Amino acid sequence: MTALLDIADVSKWFPAGAGPGAWARLKRRLSGGVEKLPKVYAVDDVSFAIAKGETVGLVGESGCGKSTLVRALTRLIDVSQGSVKLGSRELALKPARVFARDRDRARIQMVFQDAGESVNPRFTAFAAIADPLRRLRKLRGNALKERVETVAGQCGLPLQLLSRFPHQLSGGQRARVGIARAIAVEPDLLVLDEPTAALDVSVQVVVLQLLQRLKKELGMSYLFVSHDLSVVRLLCDRVLVMYLGKIVEAGPAAKVFEHPLHPYTQALVAAVPRLHETASRLRLTGEPRSPIDPDPNACRFYGRCPHGVDACKTTMPALDAFGDRQVACHFAESFLPQPRIAS
Amino acid sequence: MTPAPALSVEGLSVEFRTRSGAVRALENVSFRVAKGETVALVGESGSGKSVTAYAVMGILDPAGRVTAGRAMLGDLDLLAATPKELANVRGRKIAMIFQNPRTALNPIRPVGRQIADVLICHGNVSRRAAPAQAVEMLRAVGITDPARRAKAYPFEMSGGMCQRVMIAIALAAKPTLLIADEPTTGLDVTTQAVIMDLINDLAKELGMATIFITHDLALAGQRSARIVVMHAGHVVENAPTADLFANPRHPYTAELIAATPDSAASLDELAAIAGSLPDLRRADLPPCRYSERCPRKIAACAQPLPLAAPDAAHFVACWNPLPAQVVVAPTVSAA
Ligand SMILES: Nc1ncnc2c1ncn2[C@@H]1O[C@H](COP(=O)(O)OP(=O)(O)OP(=O)(O)O)[C@@H](O)[C@H]1O
Ligand SMILES: Nc1ncnc2c1ncn2[C@@H]1O[C@H](COP(=O)(O)OP(=O)(O)OP(=O)(O)O)[C@@H](O)[C@H]1O
Ligand code: SF4
Ligand SMILES: [Mg+2]
Ligand SMILES: [Mg+2]
Repeated sequence: MTALLDIADVSKWFPAGAGPGAWARLKRRLSGGVEKLPKVYAVDDVSFAIAKGETVGLVGESGCGKSTLVRALTRLIDVSQGSVKLGSRELALKPARVFARDRDRARIQMVFQDAGESVNPRFTAFAAIADPLRRLRKLRGNALKERVETVAGQCGLPLQLLSRFPHQLSGGQRARVGIARAIAVEPDLLVLDEPTAALDVSVQVVVLQLLQRLKKELGMSYLFVSHDLSVVRLLCDRVLVMYLGKIVEAGPAAKVFEHPLHPYTQALVAAVPRLHETASRLRLTGEPRSPIDPDPNACRFYGRCPHGVDACKTTMPALDAFGDRQVACHFAESFLPQPRIAS
Repeated sequence: MTPAPALSVEGLSVEFRTRSGAVRALENVSFRVAKGETVALVGESGSGKSVTAYAVMGILDPAGRVTAGRAMLGDLDLLAATPKELANVRGRKIAMIFQNPRTALNPIRPVGRQIADVLICHGNVSRRAAPAQAVEMLRAVGITDPARRAKAYPFEMSGGMCQRVMIAIALAAKPTLLIADEPTTGLDVTTQAVIMDLINDLAKELGMATIFITHDLALAGQRSARIVVMHAGHVVENAPTADLFANPRHPYTAELIAATPDSAASLDELAAIAGSLPDLRRADLPPCRYSERCPRKIAACAQPLPLAAPDAAHFVACWNPLPAQVVVAPTVSAA
């Protein structure tokens, strides 16, 4: 299977404390410019590929760099380092501003984390959905109206809401506008950054089943960022687990959630709230490491990891393969399911 | 004995004027929250959870109007209070965590300062001590490297980090009533657990009453004593959490539970709730706003719905509810 999207060694750093304002600017000048500021390692040396028609989930702690990673690979922001390939075409070298008008722009579409923020407040729902169709598909008049109404219907958005402005819609209704807008141009890769976070379970079911149907019908690939592990388990073929800018575990979704190998994934799976169960009081303790100029030789999870030993502080574990899974932990092997002894 | 309610919402109705007619967003919404208690508001998107919160806070959109009802915070009716009385309780006694954290934060002020502002304004903290305490608040909501992060601007933080800053601001004043509108939406489950622990612990410690708005039924189940189910601006069921899961009475509640992805083996197994919310501008809305989607509809459903008694143990607004499995106190609808 050829990869639709292939990213290799991608990193994205932000200068810490590059805020607006005269005082911040002055301090920056005195300390030697933006390059001299400490860096937030939002995404640190990440590689993976998405095959055509594949659905990949991306999960991880809030602030670990998921949105930064997907914004870098959809070329909304520039990467600091690394390669982003769509098919055989290298996109990492194209500045984000140039790519906005590129012919391949329609092939990657994105649904944002905060639908309220990404939908223009002066656009009605209709205008918001119509906008990419106008720009990228050059639709006008009746053809445009028909297409907008079709996708609105597909996303369970009642037609009577199409004339409303974002502030007249509920959070969930706004999220549906965002999804309709992205699938309208039928992209090859749809990147969804927590699309269902604002949706209630019922609409979520509709949207997830819609995504599954579109995937079958159109062969679309998805990169699906979500905090809802139950949803990732149901929708995704493969899952990537991120922790502080790095991928710490990757593998088939069912296996990873059934038997997580990385201690962070283990904590994550244990914290999922379940119907008919009281909350477990099991918490990660200890101070999380800072993403600002992190020690390149220490495991990012050290300090909170219940299995950490001194070696974890001095040697960064590599993302090693175990069959169809990958784990970055010195003790991964000991967490592997024990082979049953043949009787 | 249930303790005296910290907040009692009684018969709250809200309308929005729009160009195409009045949106009857809330009708006769009633529920109570006791001191130290957490009550969850759940329901589909558009069911009126946020509007309920905004009405109680007195921050409805200018197009919105409270047409009936009271919201008693102790002896003060929040819906009839003067702007001065409201300003006095808001922030100090009632605090709210908003659904859209990034838009609620000041984009050009470092987050640490924003927290310090609240501390100085409401928390009897001196100007000198406030910055350090703001850093402590950031640490408490689980932000790494809080001293450095206090200097960051909202755009430099991830969605989940803004959310935690909002939570720190809301909790800074140690309110007696906290309205948390999807406080952990956008947070991973480990951070969610930490935040919910923090809210629950403060509730216990300060006797803080909490209205917890969420669409995550499993989370509502773990974190609240009582669940209020809303549909299209009505309270359709209001019951102690364990009761509600063991024996959902309203057909809508039962369907909500069935749509939860928690234990399903595949997406096809999940059942979306048929139909969608009715258009709340319609003049001919049926008395039961669920009736056009309801699989249990009978002729009697065309009558006005039973009124919510705010102190009923298990209230259900339905003429043909699912049978009660255990015989508990009779529900209001049977009366
Ligand atoms: N300013 C407004 N003008 C017109 N209608 C409005 C306005 N604000 C809210 N509404 C309507 O009121 C209803 C309730 O909205 P509300 O935001 O309370 O829903 P919610 O339950 O919080 O949903 P969500 O889970 O999506 O946040 C919706 O039908 C919405 O369209
Ligand atoms: N413009 C920016 N300037 C400085 N730092 C930034 C900027 N954007 C993001 N960051 C930092 O990069 C890190 C990753 O942020 P990102 O938004 O990618 O996280 P996330 O995984 O999407 O989190 P969430 O689940 O909360 O949305 C955070 O530490 C954040 O503070
Ligand atoms: S009152 Fe009737 S229509 Fe409404 S939920 Fe109950 S059974 Fe269904
Ligand atoms: Mg994000
Ligand atoms: Mg809401």
